[in-house]
Amino acid sequence: MITYSFLQHYWWFLISLLGGILAFLLFIQGGQTLLFSLSKTEDEKRLLVNALGRKWEFTFTTLVTFGGAFFASFPLFYSTSFGGAYWVWMAILFCFIIQAVSYEFQTKPGNTYGAKTYRSFLFVNGLLGTFLIGVAIATFFTGSDFIVNKGNITSQLAPVISSWGNEWHGLDALFTVRNLTLGIAVFFLSRSLAVLFFVNRLNHTVLEARSRKYLWYNAIPFVVFFLVFVIWTLFSDGFAVNPVTGVVSMEKYKYFTNFIEMPIVLVLFLLGVVAVLAGVIGTWISPKFKIGIWFAGVGTIVTVCSLLMTAGYNNTAYYPATPNLQSSLTIFNSSSSFFTLNAMSIVSLFIPVVLVYIFIAWRSMEKNRIDIDDVNNDEHAY
Amino acid sequence: MNLLDASLLAWSRAQFAMTAMYHWLFVPLTLGLGLIMCIMESLYVKTGNEAWKKATQFWMTLFGVNFAIGVATGIILEFEFGTNWSNYSWFVGDIFGAPLAIEAILAFFMEATFISVMFFGWKKVSKGFHLTSTWLTVLGATISALWILVANAWMQFPVGMDFNPDTVRNEMIDFWSILLSPVAINKFFHTVISSWVLGSLFVIGVSAWYILKKREVDFALKSMKVGAIVGLVATLLTAYTGDGSAYNVSQRQPMKLAAMEGLYNGKTNMGLVVFGILNSEKKSYKDSINPYIFKIEIPSMLSLLANRDINSFVPGIKDILNGGYKTLDGTVTMSFDEKHTRGKAAIQSLADYQKAVAAKDTTAAKNQKASLKQNYAQFGYGYIDKAEKMIPNLPTVFYSFHIMVMLGFYFILLFGLVLYFSSKKLIEKANWLLWISLLSIPLGYVASQLGWVVAEVGRQPWAIQDVLPLNAAISNISSYSVIITFFLFLTLFSALLIAEIRIMLKQIKKGPSES
Ligand code: HDD
Ligand code: HEM
Ligand code: HEM
Repeated sequence: MITYSFLQHYWWFLISLLGGILAFLLFIQGGQTLLFSLSKTEDEKRLLVNALGRKWEFTFTTLVTFGGAFFASFPLFYSTSFGGAYWVWMAILFCFIIQAVSYEFQTKPGNTYGAKTYRSFLFVNGLLGTFLIGVAIATFFTGSDFIVNKGNITSQLAPVISSWGNEWHGLDALFTVRNLTLGIAVFFLSRSLAVLFFVNRLNHTVLEARSRKYLWYNAIPFVVFFLVFVIWTLFSDGFAVNPVTGVVSMEKYKYFTNFIEMPIVLVLFLLGVVAVLAGVIGTWISPKFKIGIWFAGVGTIVTVCSLLMTAGYNNTAYYPATPNLQSSLTIFNSSSSFFTLNAMSIVSLFIPVVLVYIFIAWRSMEKNRIDIDDVNNDEHAY
Repeated sequence: MNLLDASLLAWSRAQFAMTAMYHWLFVPLTLGLGLIMCIMESLYVKTGNEAWKKATQFWMTLFGVNFAIGVATGIILEFEFGTNWSNYSWFVGDIFGAPLAIEAILAFFMEATFISVMFFGWKKVSKGFHLTSTWLTVLGATISALWILVANAWMQFPVGMDFNPDTVRNEMIDFWSILLSPVAINKFFHTVISSWVLGSLFVIGVSAWYILKKREVDFALKSMKVGAIVGLVATLLTAYTGDGSAYNVSQRQPMKLAAMEGLYNGKTNMGLVVFGILNSEKKSYKDSINPYIFKIEIPSMLSLLANRDINSFVPGIKDILNGGYKTLDGTVTMSFDEKHTRGKAAIQSLADYQKAVAAKDTTAAKNQKASLKQNYAQFGYGYIDKAEKMIPNLPTVFYSFHIMVMLGFYFILLFGLVLYFSSKKLIEKANWLLWISLLSIPLGYVASQLGWVVAEVGRQPWAIQDVLPLNAAISNISSYSVIITFFLFLTLFSALLIAEIRIMLKQIKKGPSES
């Protein structure tokens, strides 16, 4: 039985899943922040750049899809958040614009600004991109200062329905400590995933050993900051929606309650966390263990996905407005029409097809681990 | 806050126009060079001739450089609807968001996946798999063009939707009519095929340079031939679909057509202006000054082309604003003033409807809903206070259109000549033609950019034809924010463009043998 509410939940699930996949794929950005520290020689640098460079488009495209899917399924979020938190989103976009050219341009003659500039672009993308995305996602739990008034459309002078409550236009998210902890956690997560990826993909003893060492420096801060964020959030007040009246109010331990009331989400969350830890710890313990990225990657997807589900499900406002609580966005008041969600759900049935061809293409390309000869032999190497 | 703050609107428009035009510098080459690359690799797989492989790889390198910056400039457009046109994004997001999401799911992943096989897979996968990947990369780019053009066509000719006063937005009621709207189909073919023209001009221009330099002559002759054949076919099809575009415009956006042709006063048996110079003395549609200083006309041709009827009436700006003429289906048009009155009434009904709902007065709500429905077709006119604001920038649209069309015919001639000279094996001696080919590369970009200028400047003041004017589509941010991002984008994109052009030139100088 396909009801409106079912479709709204389905699309929030897809958004959460995309968020999870994006968080995993941010390992590219994490790897970019390691370019200047993990590799010492030019050969090592090129190896890292090329290992990351064959995958960067996926992170980028997932970000684009995340935006497009939000637009199609929850347009009020798209208009309110992007139009309101203007500066945060612009900063994130700038970080990704400079990434898109950097792989292709960096070693080409005539690139005008030199390899170093493009590698710094990659570094900036990795540093700010991960941190700011983490901060932006944290506002799903902490709230933002905006007002939505659909009645404005009938004002001929100022017909705009959403406005931001302050002049910081999104940069205000940086003043909330809880947002910062998630930003930092995402940054260290991306670096931890990156070193696991290097351990798995590179055929290079020095880099592999160094990667294992770097796992320490990144996984520990990640776990600390992530736990702080999660525990803080579970024990904070959350934004509850009355399912009958639609009135939003603060509720004690709302996200904790959500986990308890949705045991499947809780189990997924815990399994995800365990898988991430298994990937990390396995890599520490055994020098032969090279598939940590698979555990930690799948774990990241599942953890982030279930975390986002607690933000939107169980009568919770996923994009809370503080102090104007009643402007908060829920999956019910911000979604597309039944017709559009339904049409888009049919389109979403193509997603498995996409996954299958990605799998086929990768399998044919990734038979061997990459080494420096590979890079030197490749006409298109970066 | 007053959102009619002219500077916010102006800067938001400038930012979108600038970023879109930058994006469009790279997209047509991706589409056009992509097709040519696919053809060459197919020839390689079919004949086994290594020269074709070398040629494919050379053009592919240039493709990669161009593609990267195309991606970089694309991401910002995707989000700019939200950041700068947030009201628009709510008001029609239910319809407009879908093609963007579909584009990402169906097209961008296809490109992202197969482009890496295409670039890095020469030694890793079979010839057949590689060729398939190349085609799928370019198909992915073309499908992406389809969906974004469906979205754009919908703004020019909104269909398949219904206004919902409870959610205060337009909602989709018919997916297929949006996808298969005649405007969308025509726009897709005209845009993509005109991009093949640009790609072909690029290929014959670069090849001509090698021949002039007496380098890589065999490669250059081969490329030249493929470029000329694709280019000739594509230009003819561009003219054909361009005609379809103009027909769509005349039927659905008469004001745009009037601007394209500089028409103030309509008449039957309207002539087509082949060449014209506008009179800058003409200040208003109300004065009686002749809009042209000079023009060459084909008698009755515009009536024929615009309505498929040589005797038909083609309205000018004055007719459109004053109303009272009959359209093809016999309806008598309304004046601007009447549309404005009805638009205001529609907006008022919506406000009253909202009040009635809040007061739980169901009868009043029902009545207001009915009167809203009656006037909804003119809803957007309620936000436009003066008739003059209905007129797009006429010289811009007029000259852009005429230059594009003239270039279209010039390209037919050019490709015809290049094809003739290459098949007679005379091209190596025809230095003049080689020089012309080389110098024509920028003209492809000019035509392509001007096409968008016609389409987008010509639809002003509408964000969505008749439904939402730009001043009601905007975000509530300060104009300073937009000014700052405008210059940041301008600086960044220009810096990247310089690097891109220099890399391209270096790669071309190196030539296919070394790259
Ligand atoms: C190489 C590029 C190129 C060339 C040679 C032409 N065009 Fe074009 N034209 C475009 C590139 C383009 C474009 C950039 O692709 C546009 C912008 C938006 C669109 O749909 O296509 C466009 C738009 C566009 C429009 C506006 C459509 C609208 O508003 O929806 C018209 C009426 C024409 N074209 C007509 C022509 C005609 C009659 C041509 C004669 C040969 C022609 N174009 C050649
Ligand atoms: C406002 C309109 C547009 C938006 C929002 C938009 C969005 C985008 C985005 C986000 C990318 C990067 C894709 C990636 O992640 O790989 C991109 C690239 C591209 N776009 Fe656009 N685009 C617009 C206009 C157009 C038009 C009009 C066309 C073609 C007719 C087009 C065709 C392409 C192509 C061929 C690329 C090449 C790179 C790629 O697809 O990855 N785009 N666009
Ligand atoms: C060279 C290739 C072209 C071909 C084969 C072609 C063919 C046609 C045809 C068959 C029609 C329909 C006529 C009818 O049914 O009465 C038409 C209409 C039209 N064409 Fe073209 N055309 C070409 C180029 C152009 C160009 C370059 C323009 C630029 C101005 C143009 C503008 C129009 C317009 C505005 C119409 C409107 C319909 C009408 O009033 O009949 N065409 N064209």
